Amino acid sequence: MIFSIQRFNPEKDTSPYFQDYEFEIPKSATLLDCMNLIKWTQDGTLTHRMSCRSAICGSCAVKVNGHTLLACKTQASKVIKDGKVKIEPMGNMEIIKDLVVDFGQFWEKIERIKPWLVPDESEKPEKERYQSIDDFRKIDAGSTCIMCASCYSDCCSLDVDKGFLGPTSLAKAQRFIHDSRDRERLSRTGEISDKGGIWDCTHCGECSERCPTEAKPLERITSLRRTAIALGITNNIGARHVKAFVDSIAHSGRLNENILPIRSMGLFNISGLMSLIPIGIRMMMRRKNPPIIHKPIDEAEDVRRIFRKLRKG
Amino acid sequence: MLQHDVVIVGSGLAGMSAALEICGQLDVAIISKVYPTRSHSGAAQGGIAASLGNSEPDSQEEHMYDTVKGSDFLGDQDAIEMFTRDAPEIIYQLEHMGCVFSRTGEGKIAQRAFGGHSHPRACYAADRTGHAILHVLYEQVMKQGKRISIYPEWYLMSLIIRDNVCRGIVIYDIRSGNFEVIRAKGVIFATGGYGRAYRITSNAFANTGDGIIAAFNAGVPLEDMEFVQFHPTGLFGQGILVSEAARGEGGYLINGKGERFMEKYAPAKMELAPRDIVSRSEQREIDEGRGIDGKDYIYLDLRHLGKEKIMERLPQVRQLGIDFIGMDCITDPLPIQPTAHYSMGGIPTDKDGHVIIDDKGTQLTGFFAAGECACVSVHGANRLGTNSLLDAVVFGKRTGIAALKFAKGPRLSDMKEDEVLAPVKERISAVFSSPGTESINDIRDELKENMMSNCGVFREKEGLNKGLEKVKELRERYKNGKITDKSKLFNNELIEVLELGHMLEFSEIIFKGAIAREESRGAHSRTDFPKRDDRNWLKHTLAYLTEDGIELKYKPVTITKYQPEERKY
Ligand SMILES: Cc1cc2nc3c(=O)[nH]c(=O)nc-3n(C[C@H](O)[C@H](O)[C@H](O)COP(=O)(O)OP(=O)(O)OC[C@H]3O[C@@H](n4cnc5c(N)ncnc54)[C@H](O)[C@@H]3O)c2cc1C
Ligand code: SF4
Ligand code: SF4
Ligand code: FES
Repeated sequence: MIFSIQRFNPEKDTSPYFQDYEFEIPKSATLLDCMNLIKWTQDGTLTHRMSCRSAICGSCAVKVNGHTLLACKTQASKVIKDGKVKIEPMGNMEIIKDLVVDFGQFWEKIERIKPWLVPDESEKPEKERYQSIDDFRKIDAGSTCIMCASCYSDCCSLDVDKGFLGPTSLAKAQRFIHDSRDRERLSRTGEISDKGGIWDCTHCGECSERCPTEAKPLERITSLRRTAIALGITNNIGARHVKAFVDSIAHSGRLNENILPIRSMGLFNISGLMSLIPIGIRMMMRRKNPPIIHKPIDEAEDVRRIFRKLRKG
Repeated sequence: MLQHDVVIVGSGLAGMSAALEICGQLDVAIISKVYPTRSHSGAAQGGIAASLGNSEPDSQEEHMYDTVKGSDFLGDQDAIEMFTRDAPEIIYQLEHMGCVFSRTGEGKIAQRAFGGHSHPRACYAADRTGHAILHVLYEQVMKQGKRISIYPEWYLMSLIIRDNVCRGIVIYDIRSGNFEVIRAKGVIFATGGYGRAYRITSNAFANTGDGIIAAFNAGVPLEDMEFVQFHPTGLFGQGILVSEAARGEGGYLINGKGERFMEKYAPAKMELAPRDIVSRSEQREIDEGRGIDGKDYIYLDLRHLGKEKIMERLPQVRQLGIDFIGMDCITDPLPIQPTAHYSMGGIPTDKDGHVIIDDKGTQLTGFFAAGECACVSVHGANRLGTNSLLDAVVFGKRTGIAALKFAKGPRLSDMKEDEVLAPVKERISAVFSSPGTESINDIRDELKENMMSNCGVFREKEGLNKGLEKVKELRERYKNGKITDKSKLFNNELIEVLELGHMLEFSEIIFKGAIAREESRGAHSRTDFPKRDDRNWLKHTLAYLTEDGIELKYKPVTITKYQPEERKY
């Protein structure tokens, strides 16, 4: 088998390159076992992180054939394609050496969401605070995160917008926002509804696909969006977008793509609205603009009926 | 040269618990060779013990007695009493910090049964208790912001002691390859266990005993190093832990002849007998040629439980088999073997983490230790499951308080930077300039095999002596070890070489202690001395580094409430 591994030592290399190692996979070996054996028996300079080798410490995530996963949790034989596997460092982070990346920004973004419980200080229970099994379940999945950054590495929003908080921070935020013991639900939800927060996720689903635990960020983000709307935190682009989207469909059975961006920006957000003009012009020049006259679909009345029913329920 | 009032090495449960006591009052720093949340505490699954009595009545006295008995009467009873008394309070504090715990129907912290405990006493967060506590402590550390300085991916190189006073440490920045000296009034070691010297182990790659060896080389004795606990269900090949739940739910242990062999060893409790008994039974089957195909493993068979029950009750166990060895326990029995799991021995301390250097209670000024690297000793010859997370938080906290009190006093002592850096730099250049005729990987493999076969579940004189000679041979060969990565930047090959050096050093100490101890007690099981011998061996081992090598001395066990009796289950 060929292990094609991206190498880069800034002390001597000007840019990353791939090095091929020929290696027979021992029976039942994980990808991490193979990487270690290559390091120990072929090339001591090959550098990667690891510690627990049981999928709990979050050290060993790497990109394998283009997607991030935990090397210790992956059977090597499963990722070989045509006798070959390609291993690269994680994305959305700077490379330090070979497969080792810099987690600096990742942790900064975790710290930005105030990742600690803010309890009601006035009550000082002598024993534990009670929490129902149902309330425990609300934070159970989100708290399984091992900070491996697999989701962060493959997140498509982060790829284009470095200001995005990213799936890990948002999943971590959910774990506090939905904790029955936390007192800052409202302000926390406000903060993650701002720019760079829950509404900047494109719902591509990569993060949940990559996540090796139950944390599944997209599911956490979706539930946070519901919370934001339920709490009435709607004076932001994302929430207005969702509301305009729903209103449009409820009214005409189809998306009014002319009104949508304007309502998302907010009618009184002059600078935001101005920023849409060049996009509109570009769209018109490429004939990508939606028809100016927004026609309801034929079954619009059916759609309205569905919505009325849903809204009542 | 850097300076802090208190510097803590290790960011597992013990290290972070200590830091949280000191921050805000004195300048405190944490050094860790892995990022804090990657510490091995996160791997603990089962639970953390405290007599909360949330699912049935329980008491501190019973927790104490169970621990004393579990320790095979080698635990110090004053420490065990205090530790079990602190337990409930510490669990409540973790809960107040926001720790996620599984709950009872009423909303209290849920508790489950665990081997050796007479009541359901293990507080848990599903099957990731260590992870839940590690992360909540790190959240609290983040909350403190700049009040705790963190040096992530920095490696401890040496401990500086002059005239029986601890002055600081030398550390190495893995990322840049630079050295720093940290001057400190107080130094706390919380560097974890030493299970990595065994081929089959549940321990992380990081558990290489660096802290205990740094202390040993600075003149500190090590206590009870010969006691290494084996867990009965390590996944074949490397020893990744399969939770006790697999047997709790009714899993069978099967030998190569297809027999449920526990019938012979513990007919009443069968697979659910205490850990050391099950591990010994498995090993006996393997040693007598009744492993699967005569090899060194047996089967954990869950197939009779059926797909539905496995999916509902043991989904993690199933996933573990699929991910780590590519086997599905619904259709195949899982190959397992006893796995080195917990290090009872370590740096001798008192109940407040002060390091004690002899049998008279003499403290080493300014030096503290807590968690798995320390030996208080609350676990004696055998620790009970769920007592070690408790050990790490209880003694982490107590040690933090003691170090805070201490470091408010003295002034930082003077130190010559060059003088303390010189031996460290010499050591590194020796590694880089070695003739490179020996493979580090071969030496490590041979060491691990040697520990397994000569100092594993069973031990006897001849094997132990042979094993000790082997370690000495390996230590010689190590001097010619080959290193290929010569760069300064993130050179983890260098780190692995240093770690192997530490493993070779403490392995020798384990052998020495095991050869001398001519009895069977807890995890130390000598086939040539199968009985516990309280008359001669009810005492702790202390290993010292002298000019002529390792010297063994002993100190008495503190017995307060419970006189030694036969340990029967
Ligand atoms: C698989 C497994 C399951 C377990 N399950 C349970 C359980 O259910 N219940 C229970 O009570 N116990 C359990 N244990 C035991 C328990 O997890 C440990 O005893 C405990 O977590 C040790 O905590 P610690 O803080 O002492 O050390 P660790 O968490 O191991 O931390 C050690 C720290 O020291 C640092 N360090 C080490 N060397 C250096 C160096 N040279 N330079 C810088 N830093 C260094 C590391 O980076 C790390 O931060 C389990 C153990 C294992 C292996
Ligand atoms: S679903 Fe959202 S958070 Fe997840 S990867 Fe896609 S854009 Fe990123
Ligand atoms: S959410 Fe999942 S993928 Fe992302 S860091 Fe946490 S465990 Fe890793
Ligand atoms: S090595 Fe810890 S998650 Fe893979």
